[in-house]
Amino acid sequence: MVDPVLSLRDLRVTFNTPNGDVLAVRGIDLDVHPGEAVGIVGESGSGKTVTFLATMGLLPKRAAITGSARVMGTEVVRASRKALNKVRGQQISMIFQDPLSALNPVHRVGDQIVEMLDAHQSLTRRAAERRAVNLLDVVGIPQPDQRARQYPHEFSGGMRQRAMIAIAIANDPKVLIADEPTTALDVTVQAQILDVLQRIRAEMGTAIVMITHDLGVVARIADRVAVMYAGRVVEMADVHSLYAQPTHPYTDGLLQSIPRIGLDRLVPIPGSPPNMLQPPPGCAFAPRCRFAEPVCRQALPELIPFRDSQTACVRIGEIELGVPV
Amino acid sequence: MTEPIDTRIEEVRTELLSEVALGVGETPPDEVGDLDAREGISRTSRSPLQLAWRRYWRHRGAAVSTVILAIMLLVVLATPLTARYGVTEAVRPSQNQFLPPQDVAWFGTNQLGRDVYSLLLVGVRTSLFIGVASAILSTVIGTAVGSFAGLRGGAFDNVMMRVTDLFLAFPFLVAIVIARQLLGGLSFLDPIIGERTSIRFIIVLFAIFGWMIVARLVRGQVLALKEREFVEASRAAGASDLRIVVAHLLPNSIGPVIVALTLSVIAAVVGESTLSFFGFGPQPGAGSISLGQLVQGAGAAARQGNWWLVVFPCGALVLLAVCINFIGDGLRDAFDPKMDGGH
Repeated sequence: MVDPVLSLRDLRVTFNTPNGDVLAVRGIDLDVHPGEAVGIVGESGSGKTVTFLATMGLLPKRAAITGSARVMGTEVVRASRKALNKVRGQQISMIFQDPLSALNPVHRVGDQIVEMLDAHQSLTRRAAERRAVNLLDVVGIPQPDQRARQYPHEFSGGMRQRAMIAIAIANDPKVLIADEPTTALDVTVQAQILDVLQRIRAEMGTAIVMITHDLGVVARIADRVAVMYAGRVVEMADVHSLYAQPTHPYTDGLLQSIPRIGLDRLVPIPGSPPNMLQPPPGCAFAPRCRFAEPVCRQALPELIPFRDSQTACVRIGEIELGVPV
Repeated sequence: MTEPIDTRIEEVRTELLSEVALGVGETPPDEVGDLDAREGISRTSRSPLQLAWRRYWRHRGAAVSTVILAIMLLVVLATPLTARYGVTEAVRPSQNQFLPPQDVAWFGTNQLGRDVYSLLLVGVRTSLFIGVASAILSTVIGTAVGSFAGLRGGAFDNVMMRVTDLFLAFPFLVAIVIARQLLGGLSFLDPIIGERTSIRFIIVLFAIFGWMIVARLVRGQVLALKEREFVEASRAAGASDLRIVVAHLLPNSIGPVIVALTLSVIAAVVGESTLSFFGFGPQPGAGSISLGQLVQGAGAAARQGNWWLVVFPCGALVLLAVCINFIGDGLRDAFDPKMDGGH
C-alpha cells in the first residue's frame, strides 16, 4: 500500500490552565491515504479540531503536544517554524469554519491567493495572477477574473468559503483539512461547497479530512469515519458500515439522535461529556452509556477490530446496538 | 382643530404603506440567500479604503474642515507669494509700532511694526511642520513598539508596556521642560537633535513624549488581530512572521493609527505654543517665526489693548485645532462605521 500522506501516532495534546491540565487529545492514531476522504465526527470539546490544529502547528505555546504527526513523512510535532512553514500550505492546508473572518478584509481576494502562491512558489506576478483566476474558476466562482479584483466584503458567504478553498489548494497540497467548512453556511450552499471539495479530491487527488459534527455531511463526503469522544477515537469504520452497523454505544447514540421525518421524539444521549481536567478512568463514555458495567471503568479501552470496524468498547459482542432505547 | 390631525394621520398612513411596499418589493441584497445566484453582475469594486473615503466625505464637519485646512495649507505653503512682507520687514519704516488692521497691514502690526498677517503665515507654516513631523516620528516609534510588544507577547510585552506606562506617568509639559534642559545640555547630541532652541530639537522632544498612545493603540490592535482567523489561516498557509505583520496586522490597524496621527499633529502644535508661551519654545532663526512666538506676544499686547495681536494668532491656533479635531473625528467615523458616536 502507498504511504499515508498524513499519519498520526499516539498524538496527545494537553493544555496547562490555572485549574490544572486539560487533556484535550488523549492518544490518536490515524492514517490518511492519498486521495482519501476521512470524516472526523464528534461533539464540541471532543478534541477533533485540537488534533488537527496540533498537526498544523497552530496551537498556542501553552499546549503540550506529544506523540507524532507526519505529513508526507515529515515530522511536524515540535518542528521549527521554518520547517513547519515548508509543510504548511504546500503539503497540508486547512480551511476554517467562518469564511468571513478567514479572509483579510483589506486585500483583494485575488491578491490573497497570489500571496499564498508567493509564499511557496517562485512565479512571476502575472503567472501567479493567472493561476489565482484559474483557482477561483476551479472552485466554481463565475467571472473569476472580475471576482479576483474584488474584496471579501463583496463576496457572499458561500463565495468566501469557495475563495478560502481556492487559497487552501493554491499550492496543490496533498491533504486538505476542512474544519467544519459548511457549518456557517445555509443548507443549499453547504451542498455546493461539499461538491467543490469532492471535485477537488477527484481532479487533484487531494486527501480530505472533514472535521464536523454533522453526520449528514460525513455521509456525503467521507469514505472512512473516525468518531471521537473525550479526546480519543472510539470507533473507526468505513462510512457504510458505520451507518448500517455502529459498533460503539456512542456512535449508536449519535445515530439515534439524528432527527428523522416520522420520528415522534428524538432520543438524546443522557448526561454530558466528561470534564477533561479529570477524565474518568476507563471508558470516558461509560458514565453515559446504557450498557456500562464495572469492567468499562477499569482500563482505557483500545481500538479492537470488530466486524468491518474498529471499536473501543470492551463489551462489544455482548451488547446489541441499533435498537431503539 | 380636527382637520390637521386627520391630515397628519393620513400622511403617516401613506408613509407606512409606502415603507411596506418597499419592504416587499425589494429584498436587501445580502438576504437574497446566496449571492451565487446573482453572480456575474458586473459592478465596480470598492476597497475598504475607498469605502472609508466615501464615509469620510459624508461627515460634514470633517469635509468642511478639510476644505478650510486645505486652503490654509495652500496659502501657508505659498508664503513667497501670499505673504505681503518679510518676517523682519517693517510695514512703515518710520512710524511703525502697533498699527491697527488697515489696508497696508490686514491684521495690523506688532511692537516692531511688522505685518501680523505675514508673520502668521510663516508661523502657521512652522508650527504645522513641527506638528506633522513630530506626529509622524512619534507614530513610527509607537507603531514599532506596539506591534512588537503585541506580537511577541510575554515578558517582552510586559517590559515594553511598563516603559510606556512610565512615560505616560510624567506630566507632559513638566517632562518636556526637564528633558529639554537635560538633553539640551548634552553637547554631543547637538549634531543629531540640534540646539535646545532649534525646531529639530522640539520635534524630537515631542516624539520622545508622544509615542505612547500610538504604542498602546497598535498593541491592542495587534493583540486583537492576532487571534483573527485570517491570521491563523495565513499561518496555516505557511506565512512567515514578517509576512503576517506586513500583509495582515499593519494594514488592518491603519485606521486607528491614522486617527491618532492626526490628533497628535494638533497636540504638537498646541504643545509648541504652550512651550513658547512659557518661554521654552523653539526660536526659529532669522526670517522665520513660530505660532508659539506670536501667541507669546499676545499676552503683553492684551494688556495694552492691541486686540489684533491676540485675536489673529490665537484665532489661527483655535481654527487649526478645531479643523484637525474634526478631521480626526471624521476619520474615526470613516474607519470604524460601527462605532457611530451618535451622529
